[in-house]
Amino acid sequence: MGAGSPEPERVPTAEAGALASTSPRRYNPAVSDEPRYALGFMFGPGKPDMVSFTPHAQRLGIQVVETGPCFAVVRLPYRTELIGDPGRKVIFGGAITTLLDHASGLAIACSLEELRAIATIDLRVDYLRAAEPGLDLTGRIDCYRVTRNVAFVRGTAWDRRPDDPFASCMGSFMLGANPAGSPFTRLIPGDGTEQS
Amino acid sequence: MKAVLDAIPYARFLGVDTEQVDGVWHCVLPFQDGLVGNPRLPAIHGGVLGAFLELTALLRLVDQGGTERVPKPITFSIDYLRSAGPVTTRARADIFKLGRRIANVHVVAWQEDPARPVASGNGKFLL
Repeated sequence: MGAGSPEPERVPTAEAGALASTSPRRYNPAVSDEPRYALGFMFGPGKPDMVSFTPHAQRLGIQVVETGPCFAVVRLPYRTELIGDPGRKVIFGGAITTLLDHASGLAIACSLEELRAIATIDLRVDYLRAAEPGLDLTGRIDCYRVTRNVAFVRGTAWDRRPDDPFASCMGSFMLGANPAGSPFTRLIPGDGTEQS
Repeated sequence: MKAVLDAIPYARFLGVDTEQVDGVWHCVLPFQDGLVGNPRLPAIHGGVLGAFLELTALLRLVDQGGTERVPKPITFSIDYLRSAGPVTTRARADIFKLGRRIANVHVVAWQEDPARPVASGNGKFLL
């Protein structure tokens, strides 16, 4: 911008502020300023046993790469069994849905102060391009809002670089939808497995 | 249709089959332990249901079009209506709009009772 041309006046609005913020909105109940996430003790790099209680995640070969406050990063290693288009050797879109659905559940569990059952209400996946054959697929989901009954997520999946995603997704999830409780309680040492 | 299914490795991975009932064509997903997402209920993994719906939509298009090229998904959206228990799931797809380049397909999945769907899906595919 030249020195002579006046800069357009920027009026800060709440909306602009919200859009500028890249970090997901945290669960922040009125009772405490700092959320104490139920799974906070295990935030960081993924551990191999974190998918062991989800038979299908285990069967697909999903790995947890990282978890943190309100987010999860998971990986689906490339396998020829998962090909959906034999001509192009591209992994079937549905396997990416599973990856992102699974990451969503984990991201929501990482957003809660008290673990509750999580059930998908809806999930929409946009396929931006074909994933490159032979490459592992990584997905990151951020849980950007948790209300009393519903959690909202969004995320992307990529093969080479996070800034070049091949899929994006949005979803909403019901909290406490069933009395069986959260399978994630198994992650808490000395807690949970006999809960219900 | 069987030949198309056999050619898709992921369909074999899930164990998907097809059947015809009164001339209407269904996809069938027999239950197996490896499909479970929440063992406490137990319930089939939401991703599996989504993938099954997407596969049903895709097969319907391949069946309709008789094309060699596999349609590419653009967007797939899934509504989860009920928890899917450890039994066989079936799905039926209807092509809502078949354009020159884009097809819009609706899919519905149920378990014991077709009047009580467990999930429905809507997909847009590039032909």
